Amino acid sequence: MSVPADLLKTPLHALHLELGARMVPFAGYSMPVQYPSGLMAEHLHTRTAAGLFDVSHMGQLRLEGGDAAAAFESLMPVDVIDLPVGKQRYGLLLNDDGGILDDLMFFNRGADLFVIVNGACKVADIDHIEKRIGHRCEVIPMPEMALLALQGPQAVTALARFAPEVAKLVFMTGGRFQVADTDCFITRSGYTGEDGFEISVPAEQADWLARQLLTQPEVKPIGLGARNSLRLEAGLCLYGNDIDESTTPVEAGLNWAMQKVRRTGGARAGGFPGADKVLAQLADGVPRKRVGLVALERIPVRDHTELQDPSGRKIGEVTSGLLGPSIDRPVAMGYVTPDHAALGTRVNAIVRGKPVPMEVASMPFVPNRYFRG
Amino acid sequence: MPIQYTEDHEWINVEGGIATVGITHHAQDALGDVVFVDLPEVGATLDQKAVAGVVESVKAAADVYMPVSGEITEVNEALRADPALANSDPLGAGWFFKVKLSDASQLDALLDETAYAKFAEAAE
Repeated sequence: MSVPADLLKTPLHALHLELGARMVPFAGYSMPVQYPSGLMAEHLHTRTAAGLFDVSHMGQLRLEGGDAAAAFESLMPVDVIDLPVGKQRYGLLLNDDGGILDDLMFFNRGADLFVIVNGACKVADIDHIEKRIGHRCEVIPMPEMALLALQGPQAVTALARFAPEVAKLVFMTGGRFQVADTDCFITRSGYTGEDGFEISVPAEQADWLARQLLTQPEVKPIGLGARNSLRLEAGLCLYGNDIDESTTPVEAGLNWAMQKVRRTGGARAGGFPGADKVLAQLADGVPRKRVGLVALERIPVRDHTELQDPSGRKIGEVTSGLLGPSIDRPVAMGYVTPDHAALGTRVNAIVRGKPVPMEVASMPFVPNRYFRG
Repeated sequence: MPIQYTEDHEWINVEGGIATVGITHHAQDALGDVVFVDLPEVGATLDQKAVAGVVESVKAAADVYMPVSGEITEVNEALRADPALANSDPLGAGWFFKVKLSDASQLDALLDETAYAKFAEAAE
């Protein structure tokens, strides 16, 4: 199969083709959406064993310099300054209206802040970070690195055969490790709700490393299709669907990502883009809220489906939805007016003109299994 | 009669004035794991190209169109209960519905197996 000339390839492109992947354009890259075993089997394999994902389309960068943490903190409603060395945290880049430019992960490596951003946003993110804080720290893109994710309850078993010390990591910690003679920076994190690891590896060694991991009996290659269904069951937002520049962290229910120290009354309250609006929303409420939804009939309810109250008034929209492969029932997330956001509230999703009853439900839909020690 | 095909990736097999309709192997392969089907009501009369049903995989939903005009005489309840039949046996146990033809001449314009194979390959 040929790749359109304008699509980028990750260092694992040849391996994907060899494994029989169906390739699709995603975030400017030719990426595997599924392998021959199919989305459902890949999803369930990740929940029970270990799945290997190529996430090299994501952006990696580092911020260097003594002022890097304080500078980076000025772009997010998040505590960056107090993040201990060796720890990772979820962050949100905001625009001046409090809208979310991207969600990201950052890690304090002591000598620098190591940042992973979404593939589709990485060019804009790096530009934004450079413009806003480039005078305070060095903003260094890392296109020379690939990124693998090894996710699932047996990920630790498989990876520890190469690097026994990774078994000591707990969720949202990490470090440098040698895996199959390859220098890697590994964090115990991911985006499936399962225990697992993200592995930053030099691009020229990524193919070798992926092949070594795939020799392990627990490990199978998993495509973007299952990555999406896994993250939705885990209640995690997909940037561009569930959050974007038009949503604020409070509307998106990401209050947990905004530490007390940055909120009104905190030692370093405000001072981030859109702070007035975001802090006011924390105090006074929001016009809409992100909620989890389960359908009461076995009909998948997809992105952009209108949500109505029982009287037929539009109250919101589904932003991600599918039949959850692990729980075999339709799950979704979307935005509703605050008076419909309470757990157990009944709403109707309008699927092909017909109302499908749904109930506001707590997330995650499948319990998270992060390893916290 | 030999099985015929549409450019919307349905197949149709006519025996004694009643046509059995399903989605092609190519269609189920492109959709991936089918998790839900919406079938028409028995007794409904639908025109050629009308939406007769919906097939959903984990990743996408697709309409199923009437290959010919006619009355729905039967739907595959087994498929409703086990949508994965559309993947495992698309031209057999995974059939969708049966139609009593109202205009048999519509069959003349449908694709034969060779023509459909070429069409599906070009659509890849």
